Order: sequence, then structure tokens, then C-alpha cells
Amino acid sequence: MVVLDLVLNALATGVMLGSIYALLALGLAITFGILHIPNVAHPALVIAGAYAVVTSNRFGLDPILAGVLWAVPFYLLGILFYEFYSRSFESRGGGNTLQSLTLFFGASLIVEVGLVVAYGTDFRSVNVDYVGSSLRLGMVAIPYRFLIPALMAPVAVFLLWLYLSRTNIGLAIRAVAHDERAVSVSGINPATIKRHAFGIATALAAIAGAALVITGPIDPFAGRIHIGRVFAIVVLAGMGTIPGTLAAGIIIGIAESLVMSFMSPSWAPGVAFAILLATLALKPTGLFGAAR
Amino acid sequence: MKITRRRFTKLGAAASIGLAAPAVWTKGFAQSGKIRVGCSASLTGPLSSTKNMVIGYELWRDDVNKAGGLLGKEVELIVYDDQSSPSNVPAIYSKLVDVDQVDFLFTPYGANLTATIMPFAKQRDRFIVGILTLASNDHLRHDKFFQAAPWGPDGATNWARGFFDIAQRDGVKKMAILAADTEFSKTAAEGGRRVCEETGMEVVDFQMYPPTNRDFSSILRNIRAAEPEAVFVCSYPADSTAIARGIQEIGLGDSVRLFGGGMVGPQYASLLENLGPALNGIVNFHLYVPEPTLKFEGIDGFLARYVPIAKERQVDPLGFYIPPFTYAAGQLISKAVEATGSIDQAEVSQWLHENSVDTVVGQITFDEIGNWTERRVLMVQFQGVDDSGIEQFRQAGKQVVIDPTAYASGDLIPFAEARKA
Repeated sequence: MVVLDLVLNALATGVMLGSIYALLALGLAITFGILHIPNVAHPALVIAGAYAVVTSNRFGLDPILAGVLWAVPFYLLGILFYEFYSRSFESRGGGNTLQSLTLFFGASLIVEVGLVVAYGTDFRSVNVDYVGSSLRLGMVAIPYRFLIPALMAPVAVFLLWLYLSRTNIGLAIRAVAHDERAVSVSGINPATIKRHAFGIATALAAIAGAALVITGPIDPFAGRIHIGRVFAIVVLAGMGTIPGTLAAGIIIGIAESLVMSFMSPSWAPGVAFAILLATLALKPTGLFGAAR
Repeated sequence: MKITRRRFTKLGAAASIGLAAPAVWTKGFAQSGKIRVGCSASLTGPLSSTKNMVIGYELWRDDVNKAGGLLGKEVELIVYDDQSSPSNVPAIYSKLVDVDQVDFLFTPYGANLTATIMPFAKQRDRFIVGILTLASNDHLRHDKFFQAAPWGPDGATNWARGFFDIAQRDGVKKMAILAADTEFSKTAAEGGRRVCEETGMEVVDFQMYPPTNRDFSSILRNIRAAEPEAVFVCSYPADSTAIARGIQEIGLGDSVRLFGGGMVGPQYASLLENLGPALNGIVNFHLYVPEPTLKFEGIDGFLARYVPIAKERQVDPLGFYIPPFTYAAGQLISKAVEATGSIDQAEVSQWLHENSVDTVVGQITFDEIGNWTERRVLMVQFQGVDDSGIEQFRQAGKQVVIDPTAYASGDLIPFAEARKA
């Protein structure tokens, strides 16, 4: 009975955690998975989004609503940042992976230092009534501070998938990923499309930040612990597959939770990469990635 | 421009004079009638939440100078930002000693940063006061090192011993241990396991978790399944918050009577405010709380002056954890200098080894390697905490001292009962 209790709760926790991981990785699924830009600054932008949400929450605004509202300025910020990246690197032929990594690593440090200067290094959190209580379904207890942010993930994934597969501009984003030259031949400016896609990815960072700060307090450096995991999710899913990102996140979440329950919590951080390595060995395109 | 040998010689001479000038100038300044005290502090970087330590130094300096200085000389405080990075610390302390010519040193905050300069302090035979540096002098045994914090002898393994003493007094037979997978936590957890073996307590669950872990539901369920009577936890601020929340959400079962011990975080105002009633029942370490049994001379006045400065600088508004101990670190220097009438490092050190000193954090007596002869790490229980905010923690009765018994300000309430209350 105790084992069944542990298994059921571990599965429930894993699904919740995995959905939150997927939400954190969703912006990266666009920048890295579709645009092939190794945006290691994405977790730092998520934390910046979380701080923006904390600020709004002080004035009584609900964190999720605040995250959605902050998505607009973050979209503009993303456009500006991509413009800088495009003019400084891509247009001069310097947009190779190593240089891009250096740029985004530097950007993430700037974001962190900016947050330290603006907010200090104390932990910040949001006040919401449901933190501290759980939804009980028989043997399973699901904390609301995980359940609510986890529910944001399928909604965001569904809307993003609809946008990318049912709108002209969404199709253009995917087309740029496949063949940039062919897109420009058909009269579309690839830079405009990529700028817009980068803006969406940055807007998603604000929404992911709202989800993250509901789960627990954050400090300016909190993004660092997620860098490896979010990249693993994007690659495991298969580059650029949006629904696959949710599935990959949940697989990693469940695996971590089971390892934590039945083996040793110390092994849990290695799980994401163990699954990634095993999957890539068997299916190099990732779980849901199409062969090109 | 062609570099001739003569021009090169001139340039070399000019550069040498330029480099030597600050040292010559500062030496002259030091001899001109100031006593200089120097240190690094983590003003930026991940440890910058400890920067309120500087307020303690500044208030001590101001008090000394207002009273006419030390031996009639003004005290000057020199603080450099180590950016929370151990690699910056050795160069800063070399500069403090060789260029700034300071008379006395405080260590940086904590054992990690201090470890980089202890060999230097011993090699140069410098007087240095440790700022919450756990077991930094245990191996070097430098005779001019003095610890400002009450870790006591054998601090590395025994600083949280009070938790196990409470468990023993309460008749606990089954203990669970949960610790972050870091050196500081692991040492305390292993120390705890050894105490359990010595005292006949069975360790029914022993779990280490990676420091990046933020979900404790699985871990807490495992603890609940083991049905311990006490749970010893060694965690860091983000984990402490997640653990406290996890208990609220999932529960720990009725068997647990004692929970906490080594949780870092509930010493700071930001987490106290955030967690509020979720802290009730937890018994955890602290260094100072405003209980009637800890009314040392000068502490109330110190805290009253600290608060407005902390508000202005946007640092911890309570200031119980570090600032009183940095003020006390200054008091160690001023009392030893006044008593010996000298700033000679050996004389001052010898006096501190031979005498007890009254400070704002109580009377301190040092052993031969500069640790307090008596461990006075407090084990306090959160009782009756509501969600009214941070001001309630300035009142007595919210963080009740349970151990050491000499400073006890109330009785232990079983964990589950304290949470219901």
C-alpha cells in the first residue's frame, strides 16, 4: 500500500514537474529548436520574467495574469535583442554557434547582474492564496503551487502549436527553419520572420517566469540550474517539435521523480541527460523530430 | 618612438616609483595617527545578502571614534568587495596588509572565502577575527585567529548538536536525516548520524539531495513512510522554503515530534516573511533572537541603530544573524587594545586568549585555536507565527530558545501540536 502510494504520488509529481520544465523550455524550442540559435540566456530571461511578475504581484496582480501582460514588453525586448544579434553577428556572417554561445552567455550574465542591481540577492516570491495547500485525489496529493503552473504548459503548447501550424506567419517561421534561402526567394524576408519568432520566444520567458515563481522563491541566479535541463528537453523532443517539448518534459519529470522516490535524490539531476543520451543513441533526431 | 636603453631605464624608474608611491604614501598615513582595520565583504555576487555585515563594522567604528578612538587614535575601516568569489580574496588581503598597512583584519564572510586567506594570515602572523567561519582554523591552528561566532569547539561536526540534545531529552528513538549534498551540510549530517549512534537513536532514513533540487514531495513522502520521531534537516534557503511548503502541502505524519536543525534561510527576514505560519513548530539553529534570556548589554541599542540603516540600504531589516557578530568582532579588537594599551599583534592575541570579553552577543572566552570555549548555537522553535509580516519577529515568543538550556526561553511544543496551534 505504501509502495502504491509512493508510485502514484511520484507519477503525479513527475507530470507536474515535467509540465513546468516544458514551459521553461518552450521559448528555447523556438530559438534553438526552430531558429537554431543557441540561446543560453533563455533561463536568465525566464528569471527576469519572474522578477517582473513579483513586482506586479506587490500591487495585487495575479502572477499568471501578470505573466501574460509582461509577455508584451518581453516580446518587444526579444525583437530588439534579435535585431542587435542579427546586425552584429548574422549579417556580418559571424552567427556561428561558438560566437552565438559567447554572445548569449554574456547576455545572461548581464541579465543576472541587472537583476542583482535592481532587486538585490534576497529571495523573492509571490503571494497567492493557493500556495501551501493541495488537491487530494485518493492517495494522491498534488500541491496547487505545482498544479496551477503545470496547467499553464498544455495551454501554452496548444496555442503555440496552433499558431505555428495554422497561421501564415507560423508556417513562415517553420519554413525559415527548413530552408531560409527558399523563403527569401518566395518574397518573405527571413530576418523579419526570425525577429518575430525570437520575440515570441522571449514573451514565453515571461509566462514561464510566472509559472516558476509560483512554485517557489527565486534569486537572480536561479536560471542557471535549468540551463542543462531545458536544452536536454528540446533535443530529446526533437528539434522544433512543440507538442514533443511537453512530452519530453513530462518524461524527464516522471523519471526524476521516480528516481528521487525509489533510488537516491542525488541521482535525479543526471536523469535528464541519461535519457537524452540513450534516446540520441537509438534515435538521433530525438523522440518526435522528423528526419531531414 | 624609438626605445633607447637610456629611455627604457627612465621609463622603468618612473614605473617603479609609480607602483611604490601608494605604499610609501599609505605607510606615512598609517603612522599619522589612525588605527586601520580591514576586510573584504561580499557586496556583490551570490553572497551579497550578507553585505549587512558591514553595518556592524561601521557602527562599531563610529562608537569607538565617538568615544575618542583607540589609544587616542581614530579607527579607520577599509572594506573591499570580494564579489563573493574566493579567487578575489587573497589579492585583497595582500593589498590590505602590504599596501593599506592595516593593523587588524576581519575575515570575509564564511568558511569558503576565508579558507583562501588563512594560510596567508598564519604565514604573515597576522591577528584576524573570523566572521562566521566554521572550523577555519582547526587544521592550521593559528594562534592569532579568533572566532566571532558561537560555533564552539569541534564546530564542524557539532554546531547543530543542540538539535540532537533536544531529541535526546525528548526521548526520541527514531531519527531521519535529510541534507543537501554539499560539504557544509554533509559534515553536519554525518556528525548527526554519529551522535545518533552514540546516544542509541536509530537513523531510519538518511537522504542526501542535490543542492539544485526544488521539489521535496517525493523525499518528504519517503520520510513519512519511515515514521521517524525527529527529522534533522540541513538545507539552504531555496530548499528550506520548498521543504517548509512541502510539509504544509503533504504533511509529515503524526510520528514526527521534532523537525529542523540546520536549515539555512529562516534566519533572514525575506524568508521569514515569505513562509510565515509555515514555519510554526520547526526547531532550527540561529545565532541571536530577541528573547529575554539573550538581553546582552548593548544589543538592543545596536539593533535600534541598525534598523534604519538597513532599511535605507535595502538589506535584511531584522539583522539578527550576522551584524551583531561583526559588531562583536570589532569589540574584541577594541577591548584587547584598550586592555593591553598596544596594537602589537602578539600582545593583543595573548590577552584575548587569557581573558573573557563582554560583547553585544554575550561573554566570549576563547580556546587555544580561537574558538569559543562553549558552543552557543541556539536552537529556536517557531511558535505562534501568523501571516502579519516581519515585525512580529522583533517580539519575544516567536522564536523561542529551546537549547542551550542555560538560555532557554520556553518549552518545546511537539511539531504537529505547534503547527495546529
